[in-house]
Amino acid sequence: MYDGGKIIAGLIIGIGLLLAPFFYNAGTAAKGPDPQLTPKAKEAKQCVTTTSYMRSSHFSLLDEWRNTAVRENERYFRSPTGKIYYKSLQVTCMDCHSNKTKFCDQCHNYMSVAPFCWDCHIVPEEKK
Amino acid sequence: MNFILGIVISSIAVTIVVLIPLLGVGAWNLYTLFGIIIPYAAMATFFGGIVVKVIGWGRSPVPFRIPTTAGQQWTLPWIKPNPVDNPKNTAGAVVRMVFEILTFRSLFRNTRIEYRRTEGGPKLDYEWEKWLWLAALVFHYCFLVIFLRHFRFFLEPVPGFVTLLETLDGFMQMGVLPFNGLGLPSVYLTDMLVMLALTYLLLRRIYIHQARYISLPADYFPLFLLLALGTTGLLMRYFLRVDITAVKELVIGLFRFSPDPKILGGIGVLFYIHLFIVCVLIAYFPFSKLMHFAGIFLSPTRNLSNNSRFVRHTNPWNYPVATHTYEEYEDDFRDAMIEAGLPVEKGAESTGETEEAESGEKE
Repeated sequence: MYDGGKIIAGLIIGIGLLLAPFFYNAGTAAKGPDPQLTPKAKEAKQCVTTTSYMRSSHFSLLDEWRNTAVRENERYFRSPTGKIYYKSLQVTCMDCHSNKTKFCDQCHNYMSVAPFCWDCHIVPEEKK
Repeated sequence: MNFILGIVISSIAVTIVVLIPLLGVGAWNLYTLFGIIIPYAAMATFFGGIVVKVIGWGRSPVPFRIPTTAGQQWTLPWIKPNPVDNPKNTAGAVVRMVFEILTFRSLFRNTRIEYRRTEGGPKLDYEWEKWLWLAALVFHYCFLVIFLRHFRFFLEPVPGFVTLLETLDGFMQMGVLPFNGLGLPSVYLTDMLVMLALTYLLLRRIYIHQARYISLPADYFPLFLLLALGTTGLLMRYFLRVDITAVKELVIGLFRFSPDPKILGGIGVLFYIHLFIVCVLIAYFPFSKLMHFAGIFLSPTRNLSNNSRFVRHTNPWNYPVATHTYEEYEDDFRDAMIEAGLPVEKGAESTGETEEAESGEKE
């Protein structure tokens, strides 16, 4: 092998870099997110739409709420079940999900997402 | 091969690649196969294939220096050498390799031949052609950024550089546009640029007739595969969302060799299509032109220094060749040659005198 040492060293470094996620995760505890529902949220059984939609696309919904409420003055949202909700992050969403650190932040931190809700809205005070 | 046939074959192949998980997961619920078994098999093929390929290349002998000499060689003191394009030592070769790998210097030299007729007759022009270089550079760097951004799904806790990349890449915040669909705060620039660059690279291959002539299904297939990969990724991010928290839990499980089969069912089929395309891509990788990823490091025309004029390189598999010199030949037949009157370099008694005497006789 010509320059065998260099080739093998390069190969080990390259493969090692590509295998980095294996090494990185082996050294950590792999704690998944654990969003907690408040008693009030549990009582309501369902959010404004289905849980699977809220899990994947709640930001779309919030974006739509923001655009329609602020720009078109449509303040009310009719859910698929026919229930009417007032379109408001602070008044409607945070009413049930009043535990931001134990609910919102769980997945957002896990997924390294930095939503800009709190650029304008006031971060709710949480009762300990 | 007809280029239309090449395009048709590779697009059919990519369509099949998309349909397999669509049916496998969407219709037959083969979650474990597509979420766990195939990713592991693809990764094993990828890493095993790369090691085998690189070792195979490493074993092929490179006894002589064959660098392309794209500049003045190191020579007399009053001639200015080009230490990078014609490196005389390892340091120069390293600089050359760094430029090659990070800035695609060879592609930068790309020229276009243009044939035109002027009043005086036919004329050939060599023009700079930088679009290939630009598109290739944009594609590769965007792909790298996208790959590194995906580390937010691969690593927990997410390291700082990933967050930084996300912030820089998503600084446009197109989610504030007055329409829904792109309803995310950060619309990534690299997503757009990579699709643009791939489209350009595909169109260029079809439009430029020399490139079209030498293009094979093996050239179109990776392009279509990457376009499909990008399309599914874009769809998943901006339009048909999947539960990415579950995705990350699955991926972390895969990296810890303890995937949780319970999560698999909760993720949308689009994710499985995206994942299957990645699996096909990386499993195809070691057997395809995509191996330039490793091959660029092993290019002897780039990574060798041009020192043939002052370092002796011997061919190691030179075996001792059985030679029979003229002197030996004469030793064998000297008497017969003298008898026949043929000139010999050494006389019968191997003395200088007779030799002189013989030559004297002739004169």
